[in-house]
Amino acid sequence: MGVITIPSEAALQQANVQFQLNINGQTRTLDLDPRTTLLDALREHLGLNGSKKGCDQGQCGACTVHVNGQRTLSCLSLAIAHQHDEIATIEGLAEGEELHPMQSAFMECDGFQCGYCTPGQIMSAIAMLEEAAQTIPSHATPVVSQPPSLDDLSLEEIRERMSGNICRCGAYPNIVEAIQYARRLRKGSR
Amino acid sequence: MHPFSYLEADSAEAAIRAAGLHAGAVFFAGGTTLIDLMKLDVMSPATLIDINRLPLCSIDADSSGVAIGANVRNSDLAHHRVIRERFPVLTEALLAGASAQLRNMASTAGNLMQRTRCAYFRDINAKCNKREPGSGCDAITGFNRMHALLGTSEHCVATHPSDMCVALIALDAVVHTLLPNGTSREIPLSEFYLLPGTTPDRETALEKGELITHVYVPDHPACRHSHYLKVRDRSSYEFALTSAAVALETEGRNIVEARVALGGIGTIPWRSPVAENVLRGQPAERKTFEAAAEAALAGAKPLKHNAFKVELAKRTLVLALTEIAWQQH
Repeated sequence: MGVITIPSEAALQQANVQFQLNINGQTRTLDLDPRTTLLDALREHLGLNGSKKGCDQGQCGACTVHVNGQRTLSCLSLAIAHQHDEIATIEGLAEGEELHPMQSAFMECDGFQCGYCTPGQIMSAIAMLEEAAQTIPSHATPVVSQPPSLDDLSLEEIRERMSGNICRCGAYPNIVEAIQYARRLRKGSR
Repeated sequence: MHPFSYLEADSAEAAIRAAGLHAGAVFFAGGTTLIDLMKLDVMSPATLIDINRLPLCSIDADSSGVAIGANVRNSDLAHHRVIRERFPVLTEALLAGASAQLRNMASTAGNLMQRTRCAYFRDINAKCNKREPGSGCDAITGFNRMHALLGTSEHCVATHPSDMCVALIALDAVVHTLLPNGTSREIPLSEFYLLPGTTPDRETALEKGELITHVYVPDHPACRHSHYLKVRDRSSYEFALTSAAVALETEGRNIVEARVALGGIGTIPWRSPVAENVLRGQPAERKTFEAAAEAALAGAKPLKHNAFKVELAKRTLVLALTEIAWQQH
């Protein structure tokens, strides 16, 4: 059995810390224990429960949000460490009733079953296409000094680049299809 | 998770000063290992010194090599044009590790400092000399399929999990640090990691409060002809069963310089000078590569469940060398 450690008096007296986070373009003020992860801050303290807690140890990707435009795992992030960053969550994607093209693509291609991993999949997929547009290579790129363009992104490349997002229902074929669909929408909008 | 105090450092000097003032303080960058292990109560630092604001984010290259800031994210390092073109083994190793999300978070210094994935180290109910010195090792008699073959001791058989460090050790990387007394020093990566021996809890040559500022990778003609090959249970987002980082410089058919490092099988990122000695001066062909692989694994000490990795590691190295030799023709 594990040893139960009684927290020291100093630890028990530790006060919450007040700080601000920029989330979906809005400044939110929080008063939290420094241990609070970004995911728990979003879900339990800010009413933004679109980001999901799957494994809570950085292995499933359900908690994926954007920090300064980059896909990040909010379950392995401390909220207090993101006071200088711009955070974007699934709730910030739609403009009024108009869905983000990636959200529309997941609807159109039926890119989910139970839907629990979907917010993480969508946040990850949006950043993934952005990375590909910047011709960033992946493990599936045969010669890393010659990465593919967004148009040339193979199915193998998409699967590799999305490997940080697990879907227990196994909706992968339609998720890949949705991402290809969104890529076409993205090109069409240019 | 145990309570901790959170401090944000605005300079390297402030960070090492804070580390000197607070017992049980650790530096905090990407957090991908630290927060994970704090949730498991495997690590319970009293103070976190956030070093993300320190200006250690640049990649500075000249003709003699490249200096990589401690806070450079794994993704930014992997994607950097100089790294892709002049040190492909490093880009390939980074891209073979973790997921895109984790690579966006993980820092260069944090990757150097990441802890083993040994399931007994990660479970506070298990015996582990690395986590709790003197408690014993449940891995040696337990499920040890993922554990090390080289550099083990009767106190610890945990594998070093990094891909990046295997590439860096093959590239003769040097770790630059700032000590709490304000002086700086350089530690070759080959001397940075400590074998477990009788003190598996001591993993690196770093002193308490010593801060990694950057990693220097010297250039060499072999670096351009370098390659990382990783074998794992699934094709993405998984730790290595075996891996090989290789670099070859050839003249005609003959190898004039060789670098060999192995991952997934060592208690530390495993450079293999014996394999390199077998390769130098010999023709770049299968027979030579097989001899090098035999030499690299000669000292392997398999456990109950990981003996398959001896042959797998040899084949991984032979294939990595074959692929890089093929590229040069």
